[in-house]
Amino acid sequence: MSDAIKATGLTKRFGSFTAVDHISFTVAEGEIFGFLGANGAGKTTAMRILSGLSKPTEGDALVAGLDVKRDSERIKKTIGYMSQKFALYDDLTVRENIKLYAGIYGVPRALIRPRTDELLARLGFLAEGDARVSSLPLGWKQKLAFSVSVFHDPKVVFLDEPTGGVDPAARRQFWELIYEVVDRGITVFVTTHYMDEAEYCDRVSIMVDGRIAALDRPSELKAAYGEPTMDGVFRSIARSAKRKGD
Amino acid sequence: MAARASAPRKGSSPVETDKSARVSEKGAVVAEALCRSYGAVKALKGISFAARPGEIFGIIGPDGAGKTTLFRILATLLVQDSGSASVAGLDTVREYRKIRTLVGYMPGRFSLYQDLTVRENLDFFASVFGTTVESNRALVEDIYAQIEPFENRRAGALSGGMKQKLALCCALIHKPEVLFLDEPTTGVDPVSRREFWDMLARLRLAGLCVLVSTPYMDEASLCDRVAFMKDGRFLALETPGTIASRFEGELFSVRGASTSRLLGELRAVPGVVSCYAFGESNHVTAARGSHTAESLAAALLGSGHRAVAVERIEPGMEDCFMNLAGRDAP
Repeated sequence: MSDAIKATGLTKRFGSFTAVDHISFTVAEGEIFGFLGANGAGKTTAMRILSGLSKPTEGDALVAGLDVKRDSERIKKTIGYMSQKFALYDDLTVRENIKLYAGIYGVPRALIRPRTDELLARLGFLAEGDARVSSLPLGWKQKLAFSVSVFHDPKVVFLDEPTGGVDPAARRQFWELIYEVVDRGITVFVTTHYMDEAEYCDRVSIMVDGRIAALDRPSELKAAYGEPTMDGVFRSIARSAKRKGD
Repeated sequence: MAARASAPRKGSSPVETDKSARVSEKGAVVAEALCRSYGAVKALKGISFAARPGEIFGIIGPDGAGKTTLFRILATLLVQDSGSASVAGLDTVREYRKIRTLVGYMPGRFSLYQDLTVRENLDFFASVFGTTVESNRALVEDIYAQIEPFENRRAGALSGGMKQKLALCCALIHKPEVLFLDEPTTGVDPVSRREFWDMLARLRLAGLCVLVSTPYMDEASLCDRVAFMKDGRFLALETPGTIASRFEGELFSVRGASTSRLLGELRAVPGVVSCYAFGESNHVTAARGSHTAESLAAALLGSGHRAVAVERIEPGMEDCFMNLAGRDAP
């Protein structure tokens, strides 16, 4: 098994509306895959299917070798997920949050404590272990939320706009953390509205109206569209969209 | 400290006269040393500025900078602990009722009536302000034209981009003099964001004073003046061009085979103040006069990189923000 994700003709309809329209792609193990698209292009729907939260109407997808139709419960345990909108419990301390997630994902009890210490040391958060998450700056919260999402060593981690609203320096530190987990062999599937972050991905796909309109390495896309930046590539592709909004 | 604070206040310095002239101007927004805390958290630590009519005044900063607190005070929804603010020459505390008829406010969170249709929402906001959609249609015409096909759809069932347009229409329907837009483009894709800014440019031509906040640094360059905000304070308040000219140090773009490996090595080069990934290149700030493109390249080639492309570049808004925020750091 060398593909972390393999989608074949993946389709999701809501009534007469086709949110995801026969998308096919593969993500290699250890790859950083950027999943881009305008609001309403179908990214969230596709991501929900791949993370086992929703079933496709048609087509297939394997995530870490598991079928999204039959093995959705096992998929949920095999992946990590982090979103900008919901990350950690504000009223729990840093350590309590880690313990809660580690427990949910079945990390053996004996391992939780030493791994937590090691993680906090690596992040430079040792002094904040017993602080409530609500008291941390947003940039720290995001870093912690990301670290928690990979605490159980998932095969694939899904990041849904992980850096929205974070200050520019913290946004870059966040990407340095992403590179570290890739070195651990974890595959990263990430959505973002920051086009400079698209450049940090090994490959990106750009969704338009439920379909994948382009998929390649950033350098190849820029060459193919004759644009100097990914922002330019995104604009020229997204302009063809017929659907509007979310 | 006492001397610094009192010097400009006493007497009739030209600065003071200029300010009082602006205060009475129609559609202006003035803040003087605004402070506001929530318990132990100091959300605003002395904010002062004057925004003019026909100006797009951008407040650019990350989450937690204090942007929303500032908007809520200016929109008369929150009272400051100290300092003062006026909108169209009216005091935000004493004359809040009058101000509310003169401003349009679009909060960061969608706050229209989800169970009313597009048209019903618009009619409702018009009637609250004692006017009708028809009499003010001209101002919202090009925005409303885009949502008109969905006039009978409930607001809750609109897409994100459409909700944003409806909210802007509702904030404009009573022909306000001042428009407060709190993060109108957060979470919106780059193409829709650009469309939204095009709409703002047209409103400016109509003479409105537009105060807009955003976490997206690239939007700073679309404002007439920008305030970079962090931790309750303005790091800078200038035109985008002036902010760029105040960049401290010299900026280089460095490209090589491995962006992430370069990052660590660049940080170790003497004279390098900071280094951040920027898309497919690294942006390196070196102390003024410490490096040329050639000397940086030589330093890297010495540590085993085979091909690096180093180029002197002009800073963008995001470079400027990090430069200012870094200087500000304790």
